[in-house]
Amino acid sequence: MQFGIFSVSDVTPDPTTGRTPDDTERVRSMLTIAQHADAAGLDVFATGEHHNPPFVASSPTTMLGYLAGVTKNITLSTATTLITTNDPVRLAEEYAMLQVISEGRMDLMMGRGNTGPVYPWFGQDIRNGIPLAVENYALLRRLWTEDVVDWEGTFRTPLQGFTATPRPLDGIPPFVWHGSIRSPEIAEQAAYYGDGFLHNNIFWPMHHTRQMVRFYRQRYEHHGHGRADQAIVGLGGQVFLHRNSQEAVRQFRPYFDVAPVYGHGPSLEDFSAQTPLTVGSPQQVIDRYASFVDDVGYYQRQMFLIDHAGLPLKTVLEQIDLLAGEVVPELRKIVEAKRPAADVPLNPPTHAERVTAARAAGRTAATHVGDGVDDVTGTLAEGARA
Amino acid sequence: MSTDRLLTVVTAGLSQPSSTRLLADRLATATTDELQLAGLPVRVEVVELRDHAHAIVDAMLTGFASGDLAEAVQHVEQADGLVAVTPVFTASYSGLFKSFADILDPAALTGVPVLLGATGGTERHTLALEYALRPLLAYLHADVVPTSVFAATADWAGGPADGARGDGSTGALAQRIARAGRELATAMGRREPRGEQPDPFADAPSFSDLLGR
Repeated sequence: MQFGIFSVSDVTPDPTTGRTPDDTERVRSMLTIAQHADAAGLDVFATGEHHNPPFVASSPTTMLGYLAGVTKNITLSTATTLITTNDPVRLAEEYAMLQVISEGRMDLMMGRGNTGPVYPWFGQDIRNGIPLAVENYALLRRLWTEDVVDWEGTFRTPLQGFTATPRPLDGIPPFVWHGSIRSPEIAEQAAYYGDGFLHNNIFWPMHHTRQMVRFYRQRYEHHGHGRADQAIVGLGGQVFLHRNSQEAVRQFRPYFDVAPVYGHGPSLEDFSAQTPLTVGSPQQVIDRYASFVDDVGYYQRQMFLIDHAGLPLKTVLEQIDLLAGEVVPELRKIVEAKRPAADVPLNPPTHAERVTAARAAGRTAATHVGDGVDDVTGTLAEGARA
Repeated sequence: MSTDRLLTVVTAGLSQPSSTRLLADRLATATTDELQLAGLPVRVEVVELRDHAHAIVDAMLTGFASGDLAEAVQHVEQADGLVAVTPVFTASYSGLFKSFADILDPAALTGVPVLLGATGGTERHTLALEYALRPLLAYLHADVVPTSVFAATADWAGGPADGARGDGSTGALAQRIARAGRELATAMGRREPRGEQPDPFADAPSFSDLLGR
């Protein structure tokens, strides 16, 4: 199982000091957090994509491209990439570029975005959220898997003889997750394509998560990608750690009480009981998170939210050390022992594994499309495509 | 699976004992009496919103109902008939009553027979039932019975014209309660019991449909 962190990139005042970082500081904090997570041995760093304050992560591939150059092992991902408001042509190009630059050390997660006013800023309408996600992703896949695309749809201008560049690394597109909290259509979409499904359950009770994951697994099997227990599943999580559990609660409570989303609402104790939020010792986190496999079946990726609600950078870095040092090794041992069969994937597929599988299946694609192209105009000569 | 019909009673009174709860119980009894006369077995679940006041606000902030509130919501979503009673505060249903309505699935009461009741200090608030509660339930596509019942302080005291005993068991209020209960029982009897919640994923479209292929 992979363990990673994801950030929503919120700029929130630290309620204990009243200090608010500016946008530059917050972006640089995220870079530091990602590099620290890599050095500490966590498996994944994912950034959100937002286009409205108080969030700063508007340009994920710029951030992840930089991180690809300054990190060694960590998988770079998104949480989520907006498949609704982004042009799928730009997504095909940007994420293929990131894949090439990172040498395949990346994947991405599609999401719709839930803020109505954002859609029209990009020429779209939230009421078309699901149809946009369906059409745009279908086009994105074609742009990655077909060298020359003729396409016509509802939400963007038609394409004739279009080739997205760079072609995916080794001719194999990045692995894709789909994130959704409430919409069975998106679980169905992930299942249809045999992609991963991440249920970001950080604000939701487990019985809901269990239903959504079970539905995705059933549909994954239905669409012929393997058994239900072989589907690629991820979960969200939220923790605050201290070696002394009372001290964890004492330190986190002021952040919890006024946090975006759930602040001024349920008590820390109630919310901890109702959602995956766990505030306590490493052992408490291990015990809680080891139980999720029993709810949703063995899954491949566990993400943690640790840098929101105004927590200062120093604290976040300490959280990473505790998570990577005192939680993940033991948690990984326990959950991986619960894997039901050797042919249930231990982790999400890596780029190398996907290349090997594609070659074994005789599915190879071009890594360059150019023969016969006029090098002045970039267009294909008549008949050259065949 | 039980074929008993479920009558859920939602009462938004804040004091204990509460005249709103008293009216709700009377409406429920009138309804179950009629159902039993018709030979239709019924079970009753009472949801006192006061018990869930904090949880209702939490649910508005977090987006999900938890614990006992989740169970209360389920009683409403599975109801074959609903008695909904609120005190009239500041010319309308109470804020707690509306907040509870706000956390329900908008489709939860579609086609469900509902009997409305309200309580208030004077009968000058009577029409709050018609200009506030009835439109709210109409929005939710509920099947609201024609008679709604308002009980003012004077109704509980009874009036000389009612020949009342003072507890509302006789006279005009009792007659309205009995008529409303008959109407709700008749509406509930016309429908098959809803039974357990259907699979929430049963109507998820197949992806081929989404792709338009």
